[in-house]
Amino acid sequence: MADGEKTIAALRERFPDAVISSSSFRGQHWAEVKAERIAEIGRWLKDDPAAAYDVLLDVSAVHWPDDPQPMEVVYHFFSLARNDRLRLKVRIGDRGPVPTLARIWASANWNERETYDMFGIVFLGHPDPRRILMPDDYTDHPLRKELPLYRG
Amino acid sequence: MSQQGFERSEEHPDIITVNMGPSHPATHGVLRIVLKLDGETVVKAVPHIGYLHRGMEKIAENRTYLQFLPYTDRMDYLAPLAANVGFCLAVEELLGIEVPPRCQAIRVLCCELARIGAHLVWLGTHALDMGAATVFFHTFRDREWHYDLVEDLTGARLTTSYTRVGGVTHDADRKWLDDLRRFVDEFPRRVDEYESLLTKNAIWIKRTQGVGVIRSEDALSHGMTGPSLRAAGIEYDLRKTRPYSGYQNYDFEIPTGTEGDVYDRYLVRIEEMRQSARIMDQALRAMPEGPVNIDDPKIFLPEKKKVLTSMEELIHQFMIVTEGFECPSGEVYHSTEAPKGELGFYIISTGGRAPYRLRIRSPSFNNISTLPILVEGGLIADVIASIASLDPVLGEVDR
Repeated sequence: MADGEKTIAALRERFPDAVISSSSFRGQHWAEVKAERIAEIGRWLKDDPAAAYDVLLDVSAVHWPDDPQPMEVVYHFFSLARNDRLRLKVRIGDRGPVPTLARIWASANWNERETYDMFGIVFLGHPDPRRILMPDDYTDHPLRKELPLYRG
Repeated sequence: MSQQGFERSEEHPDIITVNMGPSHPATHGVLRIVLKLDGETVVKAVPHIGYLHRGMEKIAENRTYLQFLPYTDRMDYLAPLAANVGFCLAVEELLGIEVPPRCQAIRVLCCELARIGAHLVWLGTHALDMGAATVFFHTFRDREWHYDLVEDLTGARLTTSYTRVGGVTHDADRKWLDDLRRFVDEFPRRVDEYESLLTKNAIWIKRTQGVGVIRSEDALSHGMTGPSLRAAGIEYDLRKTRPYSGYQNYDFEIPTGTEGDVYDRYLVRIEEMRQSARIMDQALRAMPEGPVNIDDPKIFLPEKKKVLTSMEELIHQFMIVTEGFECPSGEVYHSTEAPKGELGFYIISTGGRAPYRLRIRSPSFNNISTLPILVEGGLIADVIASIASLDPVLGEVDR
């Protein structure tokens, strides 16, 4: 099973200027797209019958501090009808911003809150931009690489 | 406005705000919900989580893969075996290895035993919350039986850490398989017993039917998975859609509901327990012989006997324990059907002995985010029915 392969080809056709690169490992395909286009692409992924990704399984991020665009937000989509998964990534500066997907999938609300909480990435237009796991008065974002595991 | 406790707002003097949890017997852990009430009707519910956040994803970046395994015990602490299997499968996917058939069968037994154990806690506490205390005694009696089996197999009730990348710690012996056989044969009768207390019980039906309803579109949009999603009519089970550990070889059904209410979630989980016993029955009948781990001294710990007698094995053991094993550079997302739903591990490796980043997609996190839909517009007394029917485990929500 080659997860996401067909959709990435369709994405390249539909949004030729938004797909930056694509790659795969162990049969799982992913593509990097332009951050500012993610909401538009998300809408298409959900609504187009050929894509039909009715579930946004997960939103998370990876911090690459040495890269010029250090933050990478990763989305995992799932299509129930086609039993297909798709992984999309966007690269952004230290704090973002990235357009929110919370208006397309309700699950993005909490997942983006967690991504903000853990990395400090701002999601534009998020309906409830609060921390979710850490206390409200906490000042750091624990999953950023510059934060050590212990502060002794 | 303070959300600490009971207060009245100036503009809407009839609306009062009530704080529930994080330390409340009906929240099944440290879940906190701020409820706005108009009389007994819930106008708004805001869940607050994070009280059990231990930073597991951060810890994972600073541990070898093997060292992280015990942390998976402490996510869904009602079904540690299922998380052990899920994590090892993800790392094995990253490594591109597959475990021998006997190991797969033992892992299936573990997953289904974990499912039964988790569902027994859910059923007992759910009924107890509703005032049906008898059920609790029945399910916790049988849960002890299940725990005896878990302990006999792994040496621990909760902190099992039984699987290893590339296998399991040790084989299941004949005696344990015989003990499990007795459990599997008897257990469906026990499920009938629980059902005789609840399924046609007029009070139970009144408290659960039409309560905490979620439509399938809302459930999907919130990323709900597991029995709660299936009760809303969506037949999605990773054991069927993306079989792992040989689930495709077993004959079992995926129970679904139609209404998406508390009662349907109850029926789905009850039937799942029977199906789990059915899967275990088949796994026991067709238990393959052979090794329970891969033969790769760079990844899997060598046999203890050999470590004590041979220099080479001693070195392998030393390397794996002190430094861990090397993983290729790449990234995988692998998920399994845990008792609560889709438990996914997204591992990003840049090579080396620890993940660069490990993301845990926990089912309870998404499931509990639907709580406002379930309870808003309903009665405050039904809030606890809704929470119990979602079966959240806060260790997994917060990680």
